[in-house]
Amino acid sequence: MSTVKSFRVLPGFNLTLGYTLGYLSLLILIPLSAVFLKTAELGWDEFVAVVTAPQVVATYKLSFGASLLAAAINAVFGLMLAWALVRYSFPGKKIVDALVDLPFALPTAVAGIALTALYAKNGWLGQYLEPLGIKVAFTPLGVLVALVFIGLPFVVRTVQPILEDLDTELEEAAASLGAQRWQTFRHVILPILLPALLTGFALAFARAVGEYGSVIFIAGNLPYVSEITPLMIITKLEQYDYRGATAIASVMLLFSFALLLIINGLQAWTAKRTGRDR
Amino acid sequence: MSIQVKNIHKQFGDFTALDDISLDFPSGELVALLGPSGCGKTTLLRIIAGLEQADAGQVLLDGEDASSTHVRERQVGFVFQHYALFKHMTVFDNVAFGMRMKPRGQRPSEAKIRDKVHELLKLVQLDWLADRFPSQLSGGQRQRIALARALAVEPRVLLLDEPFGALDAKVRKELRRWLRKLHDELHITSIFVTHDQEEALEVADRVVLMDHGKVEQIGTPEEVYRHPATPFVYGFLGSVNLFHGRVDGESVRVGDDTLAHQTSDLAHGAEVVAFARPHELDIDTDPASTAGIAARINRILAFGVTARVELDGINGSTGQHFEVEITRQRVLDLGLTDGQDVRLVPSRLKVFEKDGATG
Repeated sequence: MSTVKSFRVLPGFNLTLGYTLGYLSLLILIPLSAVFLKTAELGWDEFVAVVTAPQVVATYKLSFGASLLAAAINAVFGLMLAWALVRYSFPGKKIVDALVDLPFALPTAVAGIALTALYAKNGWLGQYLEPLGIKVAFTPLGVLVALVFIGLPFVVRTVQPILEDLDTELEEAAASLGAQRWQTFRHVILPILLPALLTGFALAFARAVGEYGSVIFIAGNLPYVSEITPLMIITKLEQYDYRGATAIASVMLLFSFALLLIINGLQAWTAKRTGRDR
Repeated sequence: MSIQVKNIHKQFGDFTALDDISLDFPSGELVALLGPSGCGKTTLLRIIAGLEQADAGQVLLDGEDASSTHVRERQVGFVFQHYALFKHMTVFDNVAFGMRMKPRGQRPSEAKIRDKVHELLKLVQLDWLADRFPSQLSGGQRQRIALARALAVEPRVLLLDEPFGALDAKVRKELRRWLRKLHDELHITSIFVTHDQEEALEVADRVVLMDHGKVEQIGTPEEVYRHPATPFVYGFLGSVNLFHGRVDGESVRVGDDTLAHQTSDLAHGAEVVAFARPHELDIDTDPASTAGIAARINRILAFGVTARVELDGINGSTGQHFEVEITRQRVLDLGLTDGQDVRLVPSRLKVFEKDGATG
């Protein structure tokens, strides 16, 4: 036995590691492996046939495309919202701050119905958009609107604390060195916010990919046009095609996992490049 | 380049930070703005830099009114107390920042920028740290990098806000000397803010003493230390002994005791405060003597060349503490012991009429 024992300030490393692994297994790994086990009941050829059916492929495109776009929109406007909340004081600021979290609390079906009512042909907003040739409800655009809605809080809440810590002295230093406003933002503020922004983006994206409730109401669910992948899975389930449902789910899982891995890698890379990882 | 401020006034709510300040900073000088915290010195510096706007008054840079120009057009180098280095950039990129942000037409080539950055890093003696990130540097190194970064844009004036405030005592002393040397090489008009009187007196060509948003005195370190214009300045620059008394012809009466005092432009009977620095007091052990203030020795600290004697006032000045600095030899010659009753005789005394300014 070694005579030197290292002491940590906080004990229980083994306990927490064991707990973490057990917890992760129970909640994530076991249920997810069940997906793959069930899928395995299909043969390879049958699996390929199910997941590459044209109608299914169309849903991948919509789900992942709209989710990425929604996350990108949320990154831009979430940053602006966080900026306004941190840097300015205006009447009702606390209320706006609380409103940001509402998409989390609202049952997604309620959000979906509300958005549909708003954007439908005779809705409050829809009636003005329709004559302009912009159709929102029952189109891919509607899907995007719903996904932007439910993903809004992520970027705001990840960027906000970093912005609060951001010293205004840095901006003053940049200005005293002759930097224009845009340059200060681009070269001083954005690099500091980027890791948090990417985290928010990844969360908003992950949430959007898995979203079901709010989308199905506004999407209209036209085959090849406005069907999302989760809907495809539900449809299969309703037809008691469990193996088909899990097959599509497993493709979706792998794809999401790969994308999240890439985003995390990107985040680690920016952190390292900017010297925070040393 | 010269800097002038004229009738600057700045208000934060009910608090008057600067009250009608007019100052002249001649070209090429290193000036210290000295005062206790909250006296308005940092606000004044920020107004000169353009980081803050005055409510009234003008800032003239080289005789031109700069009050309405933005900080990025004023060509001032500003050094912050907490360095404000860009943490996500290397030391090199930090120093190069100002040059890279120039409009395309005026921007030097990358090769020129590289030469200039290395030249500046050599000037601050940190060329070997070019590839490090600020988090890998010590406080003293960070502040020198911040200075190099400010100098990179060839500022017309250099403004330093408590540049050594966040550093430990030893590094502070080193950097102080180094800043003085640097200024002697560059001769760029510089203003630095400090609350440390030793720092101001040691480094600056001229010292501006401020209190409560007003200028108390301007002068060379020698002038302000030797001839303080106000009780505040006297009290702020080094330790002092105070005697509260009343003018009585050629002397000041403090309780039952008297202090000799030559200049008497003060009215007979006027309430005054007399100041003497610890080294300006001598101790008289003759029990028959009546000159000076009676006091009892409380403690003798004699471990250096100079000894410090702490005393408590008796008769009239009871409850007051005094501090005397004399040579160790003198302590031995006089045979001073704890608890002994002696008299304090000032060799130099500065008398101010009492107006409630200083207790």
